Amino acid sequence: MTSEEAFDRGAFGDPGAVAGLASEIRKGAERLGRPVTFMEVCGTHTNAIAAAGLRRLLPGSIRLIAGPGCPVCVTPVGYVDRAEALARRDGTTVCTFGDMLRVPSSTGSLERVRAGGGDVRIVYSPRDAVELARQNPSRQVVFLGVGFETTVPTVAAALDEAEATAVSNFMVLSGHKVMPPPLRALASDPGVKVDGLLCPGHVSVITGWRAFTFLPEEYGLAAVVAGFTPTDVMRGVRDLVRQVAEGKPEVVNLYSRVVTAEGNARAKSLVERYFTPEDQIWRGFGAIPGSGLGLRQTFAHRDASLIEVDVCVPVEPEGCRCGEILKGTINPPECPLFGRECTHESPVGACMVSSEGTCAAWYRHERLSLGGTP
Amino acid sequence: MKGLDRILLAHGGGGKLTAQLVREAFLPALGNPALAALSDAAILPGLPPGRPALTTDAFVVDPPIFPGGDLGYLSVCGTVNDLAVSGAKPLWLTWALILEEGLEGGMLETFVAGAARAASEAGISIVAGDTKVVPKGKGDKAFAVTAGLGIVPPGRDLGDHRIQEGDILLVSGPIAEHGATVVACRHAMAGPGLVSDCRPLASLAAALLDSGAEVHVMHDPTRGGVATTCNEVSGRRGLRCVIEESSVPLRREVAAVCDLLGLDPLYVACEGRLLAWVAPKDAPRALHALQSHPQGEGSAVLGRMEAGREGSSAVVLQTRYGSERPLDYLAGSDVPRIC
Amino acid sequence: MCLAVPMRLIRREGDAGTLDLDGVQREVSLALLPDAQVGEYLLVHAGYAIGTLDEEEAKITLQLLKEVAGHSEARHDF
Repeated sequence: MTSEEAFDRGAFGDPGAVAGLASEIRKGAERLGRPVTFMEVCGTHTNAIAAAGLRRLLPGSIRLIAGPGCPVCVTPVGYVDRAEALARRDGTTVCTFGDMLRVPSSTGSLERVRAGGGDVRIVYSPRDAVELARQNPSRQVVFLGVGFETTVPTVAAALDEAEATAVSNFMVLSGHKVMPPPLRALASDPGVKVDGLLCPGHVSVITGWRAFTFLPEEYGLAAVVAGFTPTDVMRGVRDLVRQVAEGKPEVVNLYSRVVTAEGNARAKSLVERYFTPEDQIWRGFGAIPGSGLGLRQTFAHRDASLIEVDVCVPVEPEGCRCGEILKGTINPPECPLFGRECTHESPVGACMVSSEGTCAAWYRHERLSLGGTP
Repeated sequence: MKGLDRILLAHGGGGKLTAQLVREAFLPALGNPALAALSDAAILPGLPPGRPALTTDAFVVDPPIFPGGDLGYLSVCGTVNDLAVSGAKPLWLTWALILEEGLEGGMLETFVAGAARAASEAGISIVAGDTKVVPKGKGDKAFAVTAGLGIVPPGRDLGDHRIQEGDILLVSGPIAEHGATVVACRHAMAGPGLVSDCRPLASLAAALLDSGAEVHVMHDPTRGGVATTCNEVSGRRGLRCVIEESSVPLRREVAAVCDLLGLDPLYVACEGRLLAWVAPKDAPRALHALQSHPQGEGSAVLGRMEAGREGSSAVVLQTRYGSERPLDYLAGSDVPRIC
Repeated sequence: MCLAVPMRLIRREGDAGTLDLDGVQREVSLALLPDAQVGEYLLVHAGYAIGTLDEEEAKITLQLLKEVAGHSEARHDF
């Protein structure tokens, strides 16, 4: 096998292998003899599962639900309100990943602010925002730092570059969050009943799979670290079934081609340099202590949350049950707004806005199976 | 045009500079008797027998010069293609430009040369034109607006109203090439195989219709891509369109750009492909006609039309895993995502 | 926030890497992977390389997939 063949993404989506894994999962579920619930906690998993229709390949006794894995979904209204206020501010340019463009704020969205004359630019990389700042020294460039452990190092590296090359007009509005605290909150919530977790493969590239050992060790939950191709997800579910059947929960790394025990040391140290843990609000959860990252005081000159700007009092959307969707206690069809007032074309809560939000994924990919599949 | 460094407001003012621009930048490249008459309206020879077909289009593209084309080439091809897929023989186009003050002369030359090349490839004439110039900052380098006139031969009746349950959907080549190429440019991605598919389809459409296959309708899947066009068609007919994922022709470079930016190729624009809905008995003949034509390399059967189903989306994808997922209209524009 | 794609490092100059995926190339920062070697496959997220792909592990996984495909009943009852 050549290198090219070893990394051929098509091979990891092979239909024959997916069918074989589905068959083994079925057998494992039959042997187990009782219903189980697994939760995936990464928006990219939600989308990958929906895009390949993988839920329909699982037996009815396995329920796969989507937890708080979409950093856009869990961004509170107040953060978007502040981002909008900055975009409207004279001399300020807001740069953001495309995902944030249509997230509802108290009054609208960044998309609408842009249409109204606010300076909002979509970037593929935080580096692009640093470059924009470099080329426009008279403007204050604010990058919206949204994302989990996979993304935070890239923002830290961008800050590092801005520091090293004296780009003084580049700042970050940090809404970054980390995974272990909400997972602990979920695992300790008596209303949430899961048997195992499909852990985020790319977060683990940074943190190392050891970051998730608390799940089996402290909460008795089965855990797998899985990649995002259809075979990766199916291997993940297969192993979760095995772990539950054997009654020996652990963290099994099934994404060994890129995930190691300790992760990326350089990335972790850059994050450590620029960010510090802080309490943050998660939409649907309220404040979770130590669940977010804020810029360190030494980098106050890079911290856009310190910019004086008029922000309205945050207004949460009425009737929206995003919080329960994110905890996995209900499915989208159980929210009274789903498919009615809240659609992908005109979303109410962020779960519908993000292409990976649970509701958007259901709305776009799984409407056909709305009636039957758990 | 000799020594044209940049477009000035005066070039759109109607005076000496405008006349010079027309004489030196446009006429030599686009020249034909109707245009050269420079009258307020082009007086055309009589139309051949059949029903006239008229279309209009506006073109905005960033960057305005991209691998495989430019605003000029794109605007003429796009207009020609609207006529061609409607079953019309394209005859005459109008071409109007709105230029931003400060536009480099070289860029305008590229647009004009592109338009001329497309006109020549498509066998049409640009018979009327106009140029306006807006102040710097009020126009994104250049916009093009066109109208196109063609003739539908007697007895030809293409349209969505002819689509039936059981019709086979064909595509004339790999999808998403134009959109992927252009968005790649905007995000500093490049590759020798990343080229817009932009081209005139008049000859290909004619070859398909001349093959004798029972073609019900054709469409060109431009903005919004294949999925959007199929939604429009299925919605109008109350039928269900099933697309087979494993049959979708897609080049690896295009797939790579879509993967990198989180885009779904089924929603990304093509500018040189046609979709054809044909009677099932004639699908092999139609496919052969497309594949045998130089502009139809890579043509494939994309899917089929079925009866509409309660609670089902109008367009669905049959995945390579045997499951189905809806392909609805996109909400908002498809922006590169990171999540 | 996990959209990341494997790309091959074909050239590097300091922290600037040129990476290739199926014939599409882009400049990617190697600031998070200073030891990346030309020829390696790297996982790219938001314009940065964040991890290195292990060829041996990839081959092992592919072998497992070949085996499970061989045993499949390939039922398609949807």
